[in-house]
Amino acid sequence: MAKQQQPKTSGQRPNQKPNHTRTMQPMKSGGNQSRNIRQEKSPQVQKNGQPYVKKMHARRFYDYSLLFLIIFLTLFGLVMIYSSSSYSAQLKYGDTGYFMKRQGYIALGGVFLMLVISKINYHFFAKFAVLAYVLSYVLMLMVMFTPLGIAANGKKRWLKLGALQFQPTELVKIALILLLAVVITEMGAQINKIKALYWIAAITIPIAGLVTKNNLSSGIIILGIAFVMSFVASKLRWPFVTCTAAVGVIAAFAGPIATVLEKIGLMQPYQLMRIHVWLNPEAYRQDGGYQVLQGLYAIGSGGLMGKGLGESIQKLGFVPEAQNDMVFSIICEELGIFGAVGIILIFLFMIYRFMLIASNAPDLFGAMLVVGVMGHIAIQVILNIAVVTNTIPNTGITLPFISYGGTSVVFLMMEMGMVLSVSNQIKLQK
Amino acid sequence: MNENRTCHRGKIAVLYFLLSIMMIGLAGRLFYLMVFCSQYYMAKAEDLHQRERTIKAARGRILDRNGIVLADNRTVCTISVIHNQVKEPEKVIQMLCDELDLEKETVQKKVEKRSSREVIATNVEKELGDKVRSWGLAGVKVDEDYKRYYPYDSLASKVLGFTGGDNQGIIGLEVKYESYLKGTNGTILSMADAAGVELKNGKEERIEPVAGNDLITSLDVNIQQYAQQLAYETMEKKNAKGVSILVMNPQNGEIMALVNVPEFNLNDPFTLDQNLVSEAARQMAADQVASGMDNQERRNRMWRNSCVSDTYEPGSTFKIITAAAGLEADVVNLEDKFSCPGFRIVEDRKIRCHKVGGHGGENFLQGMMNSCNPVLIDVGQRLGVDLYCQYFEQFGLKGKTGIDIPGEAATIMHKKENMGPVELATVSFGQSFQITPIQLIATVSSIINGGRRVTPHFGVEARSADHTWIRELSYPIGRQILSEETSETMRFILEQVVAEGSGKKAAVEGFRIGGKTATSEKLPRSLKKYISSFIGFAPADNPKVIALITIDEPEGIYYGGTIAAPVIADLFRNILPLVS
Repeated sequence: MAKQQQPKTSGQRPNQKPNHTRTMQPMKSGGNQSRNIRQEKSPQVQKNGQPYVKKMHARRFYDYSLLFLIIFLTLFGLVMIYSSSSYSAQLKYGDTGYFMKRQGYIALGGVFLMLVISKINYHFFAKFAVLAYVLSYVLMLMVMFTPLGIAANGKKRWLKLGALQFQPTELVKIALILLLAVVITEMGAQINKIKALYWIAAITIPIAGLVTKNNLSSGIIILGIAFVMSFVASKLRWPFVTCTAAVGVIAAFAGPIATVLEKIGLMQPYQLMRIHVWLNPEAYRQDGGYQVLQGLYAIGSGGLMGKGLGESIQKLGFVPEAQNDMVFSIICEELGIFGAVGIILIFLFMIYRFMLIASNAPDLFGAMLVVGVMGHIAIQVILNIAVVTNTIPNTGITLPFISYGGTSVVFLMMEMGMVLSVSNQIKLQK
Repeated sequence: MNENRTCHRGKIAVLYFLLSIMMIGLAGRLFYLMVFCSQYYMAKAEDLHQRERTIKAARGRILDRNGIVLADNRTVCTISVIHNQVKEPEKVIQMLCDELDLEKETVQKKVEKRSSREVIATNVEKELGDKVRSWGLAGVKVDEDYKRYYPYDSLASKVLGFTGGDNQGIIGLEVKYESYLKGTNGTILSMADAAGVELKNGKEERIEPVAGNDLITSLDVNIQQYAQQLAYETMEKKNAKGVSILVMNPQNGEIMALVNVPEFNLNDPFTLDQNLVSEAARQMAADQVASGMDNQERRNRMWRNSCVSDTYEPGSTFKIITAAAGLEADVVNLEDKFSCPGFRIVEDRKIRCHKVGGHGGENFLQGMMNSCNPVLIDVGQRLGVDLYCQYFEQFGLKGKTGIDIPGEAATIMHKKENMGPVELATVSFGQSFQITPIQLIATVSSIINGGRRVTPHFGVEARSADHTWIRELSYPIGRQILSEETSETMRFILEQVVAEGSGKKAAVEGFRIGGKTATSEKLPRSLKKYISSFIGFAPADNPKVIALITIDEPEGIYYGGTIAAPVIADLFRNILPLVS
């Protein structure tokens, strides 16, 4: 409100609604107004504008709604981590808050990092796109081929650099979003040709393949991000429709296809088993169906109203590592259908904010950045809930902001910082 | 840099629309799982979370005929610590040491051991358990349990039997009436985590246990105690290996006492060599150890009820059966004349009478009073193998009596086709075959009670603790095995045996006693070991009680008429006022 006291001398248009707060305006996603905002802060206007425009500190947008959502989800995540992990934390570390505190400290640092990043002009990040992409390769190869790579639960996913230990796959996601945004922007109109899609595929598939080697779900997310970004960027439709149709057909005949793939050696037996478990979890109770079934028991016993916060029984060792991938099943058990659908709605709202920021981004680069993050968050949320509800075969995917995991939080916060940074470059109509 | 174009915005909107559809689809899936499948998964989860804990049912008591408790339950406590619930380990260790009088070191080790539950002490008296509980220290658990308790320690030990760790009967009546005594265990259904640890605030369902039914037996504690006292005295006095006394109602087969000394303490049934009051018994125990017999075999022998599980040659007491058969078949009557030269030659064998010079001329009644072997041999020969075997079977001697404790031994008898005159002669006076004492007393009872076969038994009635459920245990009187007249004649003969014959020492002033003595030589005969016995009943005209004493390997004078008959006289003198 302090800024409103400054004399407003914008000569181009009279401020039609002086009483509007800054945050309210962009929420009106109607074509007219947002288009106006965009036109006004197009670079040309800035370049060709009068000298006084430069002098005046143009009022800029900052998506506090999104900031609020991020903080809300993070805090809600801490509550759920505490609820779902306190029992096993007590048993394992003698401290009910062990997981919650760790996550809390990292989240605090992450939020700080996010706020800093959000105040930097996002065009600055473009400089690091290639570097981050190359670094992704280096770190992934280090994980796979050097002793610095650390295995947990039989999967080599962690990299230990001194005291720092993190999962490079999270870096790969953000690096790819950045690089693809740069590449798509550079391509200009070329993006509408099929050849451009081959380029994007050439950038994405090698690194995705590397990730998939040890982490199938992250590989799928990376492919999904590239798919979503090129879908938005390109005017072409048939490649995307074809891909979607192909995935649909494979999903419909997953059982027989998997059996054939396994027979000809393209698929590991354990992956085939996962497909069988997915199709009929109760029949494979002993071999892999356990986690899925326990998740379903948790979800089912939640019912309409849930058992109440903290009252889950499935978290008492039945659902393995309930604070991780399966945390949503505990939310269902404790908060019922209302709580669970409420969380889905909050994620929908968050994605809606991404859509608004992407639509109003000052340029294509900003828009593509936000679309990449939007794709990332949305895919991860959808896949996580789909896994927990046994809608798709089991694969380890965390629920953004809520599941326990330090690396994930830090990189998520960085992505959020970039989105907020894009939102911060949106100039409000004066 | 490129412009953010309208077409991109359109695509972004399409993307958002598609993502929304997927999320709404997932919300629908959740709705299906959490509303329509809720019951199904909830039941499955409940099944997974519930833990069953058994509440032991109290075992039914065993009572004597007058309602005196012979086997009872005592509440005992098991005290244990749960490691991760202990908050003040020092205090817990100190308290346990003080209260339970344990060594500090062992308690400390158990308290500090990382295990889900460590048992500190079992079979702790309830009072002490309550005291430990009243300290209210976290992590100390006092669980109550029932333990079988026998107030009279060793009284009727081989009849009652004892129970094992799961409160199940091991020998005796405890086994036979297990189904009545056992009761139904209850359960506590509680919620538990994946490791099986119960939840503190979880809901709990209880299914209450149903206590076992009481068993009322025909035993009489007073008679049993007195008989036991007599048995120990006799065992000590005659340096015998063992003495058994059976007291029964001959009219219906209800056993009032069954003593088998040495008895063992039912509250401590695994300790060997209990109550060895005679040198001979101690020597036998030492011999068993020396021969390398393992302890379990020795325990089995200690628990053995010899009246039911061991057979012996009955000797002269069996003359009652031969006489009854002869009278019933009408091949002999009381006045028939016999002569005894001190032996009888049957085929090529010379079978001696116990009186070397012989009894000379005597009638049948006198022969019985003298317990004269040649007289009974003659009666047996008059009957012949076929008829003798027919009566043997008719009197119920061939099978088991059907007594209601486990482990009854069957009769060992010649096969009919292998029996010649010599075998018949020896059987006639109770040798060359074996029966159990319980079979003898049951058969003699049937002969003197008017001729109806009885089944010896202890069980009278089973009833629930609150008396709402009662079942009479019926051991009905069996078929008529001989005529009322023959029975009356036998009562008369046996009364004469005590009044003026070989059983004189069994006479009790003021009571009409009937009976028969026996002195059986144990096999091999060269060892000159004997079993002295006496079977007696009273009142002779209308028997209310019959008793059989067997003395295993008495030293010194071993004649049944001399050492066994007076014991029964003593017994009758004391119990007849009780019985009638």
